[in-house]
Amino acid sequence: MASRIGVVVFPGTNCEYDVVQAVERLGGQGELLWHGAADLSGVDAVVLPGGFAHGDYLRPGALARFSPIMDAVTAFAQAGGPVVGICNGFQVLTEAGLLPGALQKNGRLRFLCQPARLRVASAGSVLTGLTTVGDELVIPINHFSGSYTCDPETLRQLTEGDRIVLRYVDNPNGSIDDIAGIRNDAGNVVGLMPHPERASHALLGSEDGVVLLQSLLSAAASAVAA
Amino acid sequence: MKFQAHVEVQLRAGIADPEGATIERALPALGFDGVARVRAGRSFNFEVEAPDEVQARAKATELADRLLANPVIEESRLDLQALGG
Repeated sequence: MASRIGVVVFPGTNCEYDVVQAVERLGGQGELLWHGAADLSGVDAVVLPGGFAHGDYLRPGALARFSPIMDAVTAFAQAGGPVVGICNGFQVLTEAGLLPGALQKNGRLRFLCQPARLRVASAGSVLTGLTTVGDELVIPINHFSGSYTCDPETLRQLTEGDRIVLRYVDNPNGSIDDIAGIRNDAGNVVGLMPHPERASHALLGSEDGVVLLQSLLSAAASAVAA
Repeated sequence: MKFQAHVEVQLRAGIADPEGATIERALPALGFDGVARVRAGRSFNFEVEAPDEVQARAKATELADRLLANPVIEESRLDLQALGG
């Protein structure tokens, strides 16, 4: 049976269909989950996709964190379920406290929409399980607030815990330690600014996102088996 | 009782502020000399209804800490005044 990937839709989310389509091309089953829902309809993994949840008013992710579905997402994450936040979804995960740190306005205050060269820094996550540390991937970024920041103690924990998942080769936004994506301790919660779903077909200019989405599908499948 | 709350949110010291830096870089071209250390922030005004000032302050502080500011990178300052009538 195909793994069921729940894709959360907040008012203002705009990458949900891209994620569903990319996941289904790889044999998964994508299901949209409205932010007002109280449960996750029994999906095997959750993606918080990109966009501008609640208009990004106040701060990106600040209001989305209080959407009803986030209680279910938090419980699912704490039970070990695979949860991936892409771009705006990463911002939501940090605001919700599921991942440490924060995403600030880009250095030099530029909106960035361009392919980014990434290097895999940890294969110990649900999004990078099928990659090898050191792999280079070209995946688009599309954000204004993507500069990852955290206090020195958090950075030490991320580094020593092998929790930095992806780094920029040419840091485009001023992120501390070139961080493009991080994970929680267990590796089942991942946040990243680049959009793997936008690099999932040769027609899109890159297929480098496929290995990440396949890793997620594989993690979702083993979550079902467990 | 009603209270008028004013909350100012600023980035913590040491956190890079690209908005403030961009404003500062523009100042010489606009003819403003001798201005330094620009930091951008935002402020919020709202009314709080509570039995007394202590509870109004507690409610406004919680709102500021949980929602208006992101404690990871920002700090907030609350000013509270009792509203007459």
